Amino acid sequence: MLRYIAARLAGMIPLLFGITLICFFVIHLAPGDPAQFLASMNPKFSETAYQKFEKMYGLDKPLPEQYIIWLKRVAVLDFGESFSQDGKTVTAKIMERMPVTIYLNVMGMLLIFLIALPLGVWSAYKQNSLFDKSVTVFVFIGFAVPTFWLALLCMYYFGVIKGWLPISGLTSYNFDQLSFLGKVWDVAWHSFLPVLLSVFGGLAGLSRFARNSMLEVLGEDYIISARARGLSERRVVFKHALKNAMLPVVTILGLSVPGLIGGSVIFESIFGIAGMGQLFYQAVMMRDYPVVMGILVMGAVLTLIGNLIADICYGLVDPRIRYGKK
Amino acid sequence: MAKNRLLGKVKGSYLFYSGLAVVLFFIILAVFAPVIATHDPTAIDLNNIFAAPSAEHFFGTDELGRDVFSRILYGSRISLFVGFVAVGISLIIGVFLGLIAGYFGGWTDIIIMRIVDIMLCFPAFFLILAVIAFLNPSVFNVMAVIGLTGWMGVTRLVRAEVMSVKTRDYITAAQVQGISGRIIMFKHILPNVMTPIFVTATLGIAGAILTESSLSFLGLGVQPPTPSWGNILTAGKDNIMFAWWLSMFPGLAIFVTVLGYNLLGEGLRDILDPKN
Amino acid sequence: MIKKFLAVLLVFAVFGCGQKKSDSGAEPEVSRKRAIPNAVYGDAVVVSMLGDATGLIYNITSDSASHDVADKIYNGLVRYDKNMNIVGDLADSWEIVDDGKGIIFHLNQDVRWHDGKPFTAEDVEFTYKFMIDDKTPTSYDADFRLVSKFEIIDKYTVKVSYNEPFAPALISWGMPMLPKHLLQGQDVKKSPLLRRPVGTGPYKFLEWKAGDSITLVANDDYFLGRPYLDRYIFRIIPDTATTFLELLNGSIDIMGLSPLQWSKQTDSNPRFTSQYNKHMYLASSYDYVGYNQKKPMFQDKRVRQALAYATPKQDIIKGLQFGLGVEATGPYKPGTVWYNPNVKKYDYNIETAKKLLAQAGYKDTNGDGIVEKEGKPLKFELITNQGNTVRTSICEVLQKSWEKIGVKVDIRVLEWATFINEYINKQKFDAVVLGWNILNDPDLYDVWYSGNCGGQKLNFICYQNKELDEQLIAGRKEFDPQKRKEYYFKAQEILAEDQPYTFLMVPNALVAVSKRFNEVRPAPAGIGYNQEDWWVEKDKQKYSFQK
Repeated sequence: MLRYIAARLAGMIPLLFGITLICFFVIHLAPGDPAQFLASMNPKFSETAYQKFEKMYGLDKPLPEQYIIWLKRVAVLDFGESFSQDGKTVTAKIMERMPVTIYLNVMGMLLIFLIALPLGVWSAYKQNSLFDKSVTVFVFIGFAVPTFWLALLCMYYFGVIKGWLPISGLTSYNFDQLSFLGKVWDVAWHSFLPVLLSVFGGLAGLSRFARNSMLEVLGEDYIISARARGLSERRVVFKHALKNAMLPVVTILGLSVPGLIGGSVIFESIFGIAGMGQLFYQAVMMRDYPVVMGILVMGAVLTLIGNLIADICYGLVDPRIRYGKK
Repeated sequence: MAKNRLLGKVKGSYLFYSGLAVVLFFIILAVFAPVIATHDPTAIDLNNIFAAPSAEHFFGTDELGRDVFSRILYGSRISLFVGFVAVGISLIIGVFLGLIAGYFGGWTDIIIMRIVDIMLCFPAFFLILAVIAFLNPSVFNVMAVIGLTGWMGVTRLVRAEVMSVKTRDYITAAQVQGISGRIIMFKHILPNVMTPIFVTATLGIAGAILTESSLSFLGLGVQPPTPSWGNILTAGKDNIMFAWWLSMFPGLAIFVTVLGYNLLGEGLRDILDPKN
Repeated sequence: MIKKFLAVLLVFAVFGCGQKKSDSGAEPEVSRKRAIPNAVYGDAVVVSMLGDATGLIYNITSDSASHDVADKIYNGLVRYDKNMNIVGDLADSWEIVDDGKGIIFHLNQDVRWHDGKPFTAEDVEFTYKFMIDDKTPTSYDADFRLVSKFEIIDKYTVKVSYNEPFAPALISWGMPMLPKHLLQGQDVKKSPLLRRPVGTGPYKFLEWKAGDSITLVANDDYFLGRPYLDRYIFRIIPDTATTFLELLNGSIDIMGLSPLQWSKQTDSNPRFTSQYNKHMYLASSYDYVGYNQKKPMFQDKRVRQALAYATPKQDIIKGLQFGLGVEATGPYKPGTVWYNPNVKKYDYNIETAKKLLAQAGYKDTNGDGIVEKEGKPLKFELITNQGNTVRTSICEVLQKSWEKIGVKVDIRVLEWATFINEYINKQKFDAVVLGWNILNDPDLYDVWYSGNCGGQKLNFICYQNKELDEQLIAGRKEFDPQKRKEYYFKAQEILAEDQPYTFLMVPNALVAVSKRFNEVRPAPAGIGYNQEDWWVEKDKQKYSFQK
């Protein structure tokens, strides 16, 4: 098992290398560069300003050399400094956005699992019933509505007309002056709508997955024979079938690890939330190469680790799979 | 016998039917847009901007006085076109690579699957965003980008199917007879993996239509004056309280269509899945 | 002693979100008071920004969000007053000496930095050196590089000299002054001042939550008197639709409205009318179509004039701006001293446009609806930047109306970085819809001087006209406004006749401001020029803060 993990980890290195290489060149060869943002369309810049900026950002060197420099820094986990004028390091920039994004994603994911799994399992058990069909339509409605449109409608109705919920942001203006419970309540109240909408949109995937997985298991011979042996229906379904049907769901958990740090730029724009999605979007638009690279590399590492965890979990729960032994 | 069973399943599936009806309805609308449209979708009338829905303009007019009904009709052409072509691109790449990887195995398989892994490491929307920002957001590029970033799932699916089909007796028999790999792949294996591909494609179209609307929200989707559902909806979002028709109708069009494709896809899966 | 007493009193306000201050006697201890009768201290103003600031040292940032925030924190030596006259800010007065080649500034002697250190001539010298230092990542160095000599005469007097008279020199000293004692010898890119700025201005920095908000507090020691409001809060809300919802909800105090919101979504909405006043004034910017003079088809003046005649400016203003704007005829704001009202006008006239095209040799010979000359159809690409819906709409209107005179236009909307780098800077475009800010100094050198044609310069359409150049050079050296005006009047006539740009419109700035503020008085300078004077009656105050 350990050997298997070690081998997989070693295999990640060339993958990561390939990923950074592709990212780096795609971004740098794309039109536009960060220096021009400061120098363009500005009547008061002198002719040397542009060259000055290029040099400052190290963009005057040949691309391969820039890549080597970048790689050397990343090797010691230094993503460098953002090109934006606040002089923050990429790590600092990511870290100030990360908590918000992780909080929203964990809440969202938790609720999705809590709601989607029972829905999926029950639909499978009651296949083709009215319940099954209503659930199908319901979860797909969530999937099919353009999120920003629904979000605006909800904000208008619940925020402006009814005044029940705040419209945007994650905290009130006087957040720092609130007591601890007050702070918890404030954040919960502000994140209600964004979390609710992301859950509504995300139910379809998992509930369908759970349903299909459950259906498959219910059709297996051992379930049929268990029923034939006269075991109680509850026992058959909830002990034997459910346990096996949840196996593939475990892998989904592993695969959603990278999703935890990825923010949706649309959601964040609409709700005025300072998360990872906005950071990445702004970085791409401003050609802030170090930030773009930093986020992509972090995402890639998490994805690879997530995949590995998914595989390991699968091995742990499924006795038929054994790693490291032929 | 088998056919009868299939037919029986189809008969019972209301969701499948409603999905199919929606999909066909919008395809017909798109095809006959020039006949059905009441106005030129790009005709500007600055004296009649933000007109509410009326007998003259069924869905009202937009910020340049253009007929929203006609724009949505023409927009359905663009949106569906984007969906079909994007999915077509993913399918061609995905099926091709999946077949090769699954059939030949060995190094071919390893290399292809590593590429898939690399591609999957970029969050899909991040990837689209980055590429779109670097290319220009023309209709063609939007399709290409959605397509080029969506083939990995198909490859995995096809590869898995091929690997399981490959071991069956009739394929082994064909190989023993010395039939070339290409013919085996396309004539004998491909037809067997068509079912899951078809389902994936249906769901993919729905996804592509939604992705286009998200890109439009960021201003990176299909560009004006070409109408797409995404950019009509986005143009309407700032007027959600005042000119509700600008966002309501394109929003509903996207919603109903995407729902339709999803129900169709799910229905197909239920019907074609031999286990049910 | 008083301070301690205050702290105890204000503890009770901690949990009061939106509660009014309980004690009306709790006035902050300020060293200087403003002179508005009956005004009281307290409350805050909340404004929204679409994007986060990039850094809070004004001199090295170039985005409007950073400048909006930094504007409240810093002062320059001079500034514009509400009628756009140059007045002293950190400088009490100044003298123009040496036949216009030198300026002597007399500094205010009571100014302190936010950390308590006095502001002196040393800081001015430091700021000057900072601006021309090659290690400083500023893009505003051009004017300062023209300074030939900088002298400190005494602790509160400085003299700057130029090699030749330079009319825009005075206002260039409106650039914010930076604290020498905090920046001397530091790498500014790593300076903590970027995130925790120290200035001389009416508000002091308090807190920056990245991507969420920036909060400033009133400077009790401000040399012009403490602002009445306790805080200035910038909230970052990236979406305009959300921002408007927040406005209706009362959570934002100031918002620039779109023409649509102004005319259709405010008066009829009691939520709006009960909370906000609307203010309208002419914005300091204009939109235009620029024709790339390097393209053969645009070298003929008659083609440009024809396109100008076929441009329905009035319809554009009426349709896209709901009539909230005026026609632009040149690069100045109508109604200001530099504006020449008597230049050639191009009222919408399709027939004249067609005639001009025919004279230029363009006729539709093959009946495809597009005019040709020597077999080449008159068709081109009109580009604009993505993210500005009005400009996109202008493109769409122009496409339709130029079609009527047989000109075929394709529209291309480009993301900003690509737009600038690949199209504008490389001059790889046919025609462009864009806007310029109208500065208060009439100098047009950067945008219109022949020598400024070329990569990364502002005369990217490459319009070159000797006669115009002469006016621009002469205008730059002239200090007498009456004589300067003559040069720029002539320049406007040339531009109007030649139409290298088709000047479209000067839009109105449309601002909603919460009703609870007193002293909000729109002027030619806009609305924010006297923000420090805004105040709110005790019983209307909305926010209260623990000290």
